[in-house]
Amino acid sequence: MTTPILALRGIRKAYPSVLALDGVDLAVQPGEIHAVLGENGAGKSTLMKIIYGAVRPDAGTMEWRGRVVRVHSPGEARELGIAMVFQHFALFESITVVENIALALAGPFDLKALASRIAEVSQRYGLPLNPWRHVHELSVGERQRVEIVRCLLQSPKLLIMDEPTSVLTPQAVEQLFGTLRTLAGEGTAIVYVSHKLDEIRRLCHRATIFRAGRRVGEVDPAKETEESLAAMMIGREFPRMQRRSHTPGEVALELVSLSVPADGPFGTPLREVNLRVHAGEIVGIAGVSGNGQAELLEAITGERLVADSGAVRLAGQPAGRLGTTRRRELGLVHVPEERLGRGTVPPMSLSENALLTAYRHGMVRHGLVMREPAAAFTNACIEGFDVRCGGLGAKAQSLSGGNLQKFIVGREMRQKPRLMVVAQPTWGVDVAATALIRQQIVDLAAQGVAVLIVSEDLGEILETCDRVAVIAGGRVSPVKNVFETSAEEIGRWMAGMFPGGPAMAAKDAERVPA
Amino acid sequence: MLESVTPLAASAVALAMPLILAALGELVVERAGVLNLGLEGMMLLGALAAFATVAHGGGLVPAILAAAAAGILASLAFGFITLTLQANQVAAGLSLTILGAGVSAFVGRQYVGFRAPASFEDLPIPLLSKVPLLGPSLFSLNALGYATLALLAGTAWFLYRTRAGLALRSIGESPVVARSLGLHVSRVRYGAVAFGGAMAGIAGCYYAVAQFKMWQEGLTSGNGWIALALVVFATWRPLRVAFGALLFGGVSALGLYLQAIGVQVSTFALASLPYLATVAVLVAISADQQMIRRHAPASLGKPFHDDS
Repeated sequence: MTTPILALRGIRKAYPSVLALDGVDLAVQPGEIHAVLGENGAGKSTLMKIIYGAVRPDAGTMEWRGRVVRVHSPGEARELGIAMVFQHFALFESITVVENIALALAGPFDLKALASRIAEVSQRYGLPLNPWRHVHELSVGERQRVEIVRCLLQSPKLLIMDEPTSVLTPQAVEQLFGTLRTLAGEGTAIVYVSHKLDEIRRLCHRATIFRAGRRVGEVDPAKETEESLAAMMIGREFPRMQRRSHTPGEVALELVSLSVPADGPFGTPLREVNLRVHAGEIVGIAGVSGNGQAELLEAITGERLVADSGAVRLAGQPAGRLGTTRRRELGLVHVPEERLGRGTVPPMSLSENALLTAYRHGMVRHGLVMREPAAAFTNACIEGFDVRCGGLGAKAQSLSGGNLQKFIVGREMRQKPRLMVVAQPTWGVDVAATALIRQQIVDLAAQGVAVLIVSEDLGEILETCDRVAVIAGGRVSPVKNVFETSAEEIGRWMAGMFPGGPAMAAKDAERVPA
Repeated sequence: MLESVTPLAASAVALAMPLILAALGELVVERAGVLNLGLEGMMLLGALAAFATVAHGGGLVPAILAAAAAGILASLAFGFITLTLQANQVAAGLSLTILGAGVSAFVGRQYVGFRAPASFEDLPIPLLSKVPLLGPSLFSLNALGYATLALLAGTAWFLYRTRAGLALRSIGESPVVARSLGLHVSRVRYGAVAFGGAMAGIAGCYYAVAQFKMWQEGLTSGNGWIALALVVFATWRPLRVAFGALLFGGVSALGLYLQAIGVQVSTFALASLPYLATVAVLVAISADQQMIRRHAPASLGKPFHDDS
């Protein structure tokens, strides 16, 4: 056996309230794609931060190519040849893609030269990117591409990828896997942190499994089943989703040739969108982010008003000019894509965050906050959704992504909605939490609530939704029953190839004789 | 027409220079995410250091150095309190202003009424200074005025064309992200704060040794606050800071001019005109919330500690 490029021994890290890592080992060989598997809170992220020098361990050693090293900062890690794609992106929103990348690279400060290198790398690895766009205008998926390209430009010896595929189309996932296999073939070691068991089985050579801060095993994932991996990871049998037959009721949300101008200079305008969501059904909107999802969600939730009041109808009423509060009064609830900053106010406690959207439900009397009902509501969310946190006084920003999402979904569901709009319900959320959230959404629909899911995760849409449509270039495809379509067809639609879609429209235009 | 506009433009430019100096310094500080409200205090300390230097026979270059040093010392005290000890930046900045006003008034008592034995005089550039309108205003400045223009160009270049400038702006947006990329947040912030202190000190030097050429208590007359406002009004951009300072200088000069030609208006009304004009423009600009939000350094005024 060759010397591991990276070997960790006995790593321990305690935080004031929790022991994040308890004497953990990890060995990664050169040219190996090594999966790090575990639930949220298992200590994976902490371990990655330790490797990358962002967090210092309390005890334990790290060996890099057989030599004991101490990595005090990400800068030192990068000098060794360690690069990381963060789960919570390390990007500055107010500056451009090329500036973000320049900050992490050594060498002369020549943005134009760098921009052409970015274009070249993004082309080669199938990660289309405009180097001169500002990051705040990019979707989550596009931001991830920035992170990946930034790492690739550093020609790393070890690449850490934290949940890289959650926002990619099936085709893009294949492309990324091709990239990673090429990199591994060139001798780059890859640490692949993920909850997606099928991906790990397909891609990774070895897998180290973590549970509650301890290493529970190292396996060859190709020789395991998804069930056996999941069982090792969560320590018990893995819950299966209960499907149900769906019987749609009245129309809860109707979009009637909704057109919305682009959200900022690099957004996508919506063109003539028609859509109906009935009570008791789950409709999914698939598509690569940046195709008009932001505009669609804003127009539905009332963050952006629409000139034509009848273009958005909630429970039969024209709602295009109603603000978010009025729409919530009509029974709309919303789980936004950004959990911190939009779904919750990060430095505020969970009970304060509960108040923000659920205050109508007996928590405010004569303009004064009623502490007890608010606490009871918050506790119900925490218990009902198994939110692991430091109680209802815990700050939103102190929760892991999965636990915060469970809290937000719980808060919205408990408001007795007529229509729930969810963006990226399980992005960056671990298997157990994902299963819980999806099951709760399905159960909610079974109680007669209309649900609209906008997600980039096609697997999620096919698993959860009753009917599915695709958004591409600001146009929404016809809606199909999920049993009457396939991942391949949806994938084609995502590229704009559906009746009335942008690709078809372009072809039609070509056919017009000159 | 030109005969009356030319001196007006010239004095507008002259009045704008110290504002540009102070505001540029504060702009860099705020771009790094630190809010130093002690501008007025640092300017007064710089003014005192410069005036004392020339009063005791020092030259003009030592006066500039003394002013910058005084500003840096004061700003580093502010930096230690807010960056290392994590104290509230607003409170620390206000204290610095009060301290600077007090110390300069107390130590400066011995100089009250003194004329500066040496001072910055206008240095017209041959030929260029003869260009109508622009010549007398832009090309017959004193040495500090030319230095201001150079610093303006240099700051803009630094912020937008260098890696260090980009790092500084990024730190102002998100110190957390900056640290994860391996940038040295505290180091850069200390540097920015010291630069702001030096610039404020030199602005004070301008008032004491180039503009008034004599000592009086509180001779910066609240212009530190105007400079602070200008940074926001200019949405944290160097060239807009210069524009705002020229606007303020222009309205001030207009007031003085109206007074000189004997227009019967209350001098108090005239004296308050530039402040009113600045407030009016500020309100108009701030009405566009998007504009402020998009450009304000996101971490402005929030404490951040390098240790995780």
